Amino acid sequence: MEGKALRSLAGATLALWLILPLVPLAIWSVAHGWRFPALLPEEWSLKAWAYALSPTSGVLQSLGVTTLIAAATTVLSALLAVPAGRALALYRFRGKGIVVLVLLAPAILPGITVALGLHGIFLQLGLTGTIPGVILAHLIPALPYMTLVMATVFARFDTDAEDQARSLGARPWQVFVHVTLPAIRPGLLVGALFAFLISWSQYLLTLSIGGGKVQTLPLVLYSFATSGRNDLTGAVAMIYILPGLLALALIARHLTGRNLALGPESVR
Amino acid sequence: MTLEVRGLTKTHPGDTLATIRNLDLMVDSGRITALLGPSGAGKTTVMKLIAGLLTPDGGQITLAGRSILPLPPEQRGVVMVFQNPLLFPHLTVAENVGFGLRMRGLPAKEIRTRVAEMLERTQLTGLGSRRPAELSGGQAQRVALARALVLKPDLLLLDEPLSSLDPTLRDDMRALILTLQRETAVTTLVVTHDQTEAVVLADRIALLLEGRVAQHGPPDQIYRQPASLAVARFFGGVNVLPGRATAGVFQSAIGPMPLPAGLPSALTDGPGVLTIRPEAIDLVTPAHPGALTARVLACTFLGTQSRVALDLGGTPLEALVSPDFAQGLTKGQMVGVVLPPSALWVVPDPA
Repeated sequence: MEGKALRSLAGATLALWLILPLVPLAIWSVAHGWRFPALLPEEWSLKAWAYALSPTSGVLQSLGVTTLIAAATTVLSALLAVPAGRALALYRFRGKGIVVLVLLAPAILPGITVALGLHGIFLQLGLTGTIPGVILAHLIPALPYMTLVMATVFARFDTDAEDQARSLGARPWQVFVHVTLPAIRPGLLVGALFAFLISWSQYLLTLSIGGGKVQTLPLVLYSFATSGRNDLTGAVAMIYILPGLLALALIARHLTGRNLALGPESVR
Repeated sequence: MTLEVRGLTKTHPGDTLATIRNLDLMVDSGRITALLGPSGAGKTTVMKLIAGLLTPDGGQITLAGRSILPLPPEQRGVVMVFQNPLLFPHLTVAENVGFGLRMRGLPAKEIRTRVAEMLERTQLTGLGSRRPAELSGGQAQRVALARALVLKPDLLLLDEPLSSLDPTLRDDMRALILTLQRETAVTTLVVTHDQTEAVVLADRIALLLEGRVAQHGPPDQIYRQPASLAVARFFGGVNVLPGRATAGVFQSAIGPMPLPAGLPSALTDGPGVLTIRPEAIDLVTPAHPGALTARVLACTFLGTQSRVALDLGGTPLEALVSPDFAQGLTKGQMVGVVLPPSALWVVPDPA
């Protein structure tokens, strides 16, 4: 009983921690003049929202671009991270330590060094200022996380299940679809969420590789924030955090760390 | 369908010594053969090689005279049941049993009929909609067996089918395997490290020692007439007396003993090792006609039997007797020892 109460308290604190910083932004988005000593705005208005959602602001358009880039980054990460994570977890091979280091490098190195180095290469390849270029750039921070998540998933995966399926008459692709994929699905979802949110929140890489031609939400948000339009910043920020919250809510039950893979302990 | 394995060799990557060395094995059509060997002898490797889950370095595997080595696992007609039931956790019991049929693209209606029939035969009726997590260990093992048998394989491979079960469940599972095997007449190879499991399940036993089949035959033959000292020792606790066979008599430290009948001619003359099964030794009164006399050194209660350590004129000997009998013995007491000719066997001197 006591444990349950403690858990609810912890949950409530965590929720407050996450939601409190958003409250002023939400108020800003519907405020019309909100000066320092006043606890609440004197007047309310939906003007900021109307503008943010209008075609002229370009917010909705960049919402689409951001979604496209994040989705593509997620899918590509998954396609590469599933085999890579499996190899890291299940196979012994020469130079495995170096591979792990190279994989982790983008997560360790300061983002600005990666962005600057990459810019030169992408310029030569004609990838700067294009959406594919930005997607490729986003893979650099997203892929290591997804690969490491998949490696922990596969570390607990019993490959005998695949052998068993094979012996029961499943062809290799059937084994993957009917046995491996269901077993790694929870971990895959968690990894995909990471990849999506990493791409979603990229600022530096999008700016340097996109060269201002690829306008994702973080870029739009930043330009509003620096131009002093607090009401617009609030509205765009609300739009910006929405998909993350949605994705989190959808797969939250897989985020407990348990049940990440088909393993002896995951049996209920 | 008879399975024949010839000269099978497999070295695992990174190992210097071959796990399987030039292995010959035969599984008679419609029979159960047990591949018996100590843990780590490469038994599961042999299974995976036959099932097509591993590729051998050399050798030949034929099923009903046809080489199956070029075939992928799903086309071999061989189904392997792992030691761990390995049920697919996201599928129900019925879906697990129907898995192989579904992979073959059979119509849903036929799958349903065959699964229902198989569930009934494995005493799983009514459990079809359960999830594997809701099953007991014995039930899970039965589902794994049903999932393999429903495919009507040409060859069934069972990896330690009883060893993960409680003693009470073992008997049920053993009876079920024997019944189903008799009904379907599926050629079966059981792999096990447990001699009792091999003896109770199999018509024939192939004893795997150091990567090769050391002896292949009916269980009682391997037990009574071991081909080598290593085979005799595998069944545990055997009394060993080095000596020499001459003119129908085996001369050793305990004096001359008549040579056992049916001994290979190579062993009827020259050096050898006399083996005596401890449970075949009769302990009688010292006055018993024809009995040797020995001193009781110690008695150990083992449950259904007691082990008596004896000193027979300076030669140590172990006998297994009923606990009741052992209770009447005291340390240092003299007893009569009768060695029935049927308990004696001679194996080649390994030296």
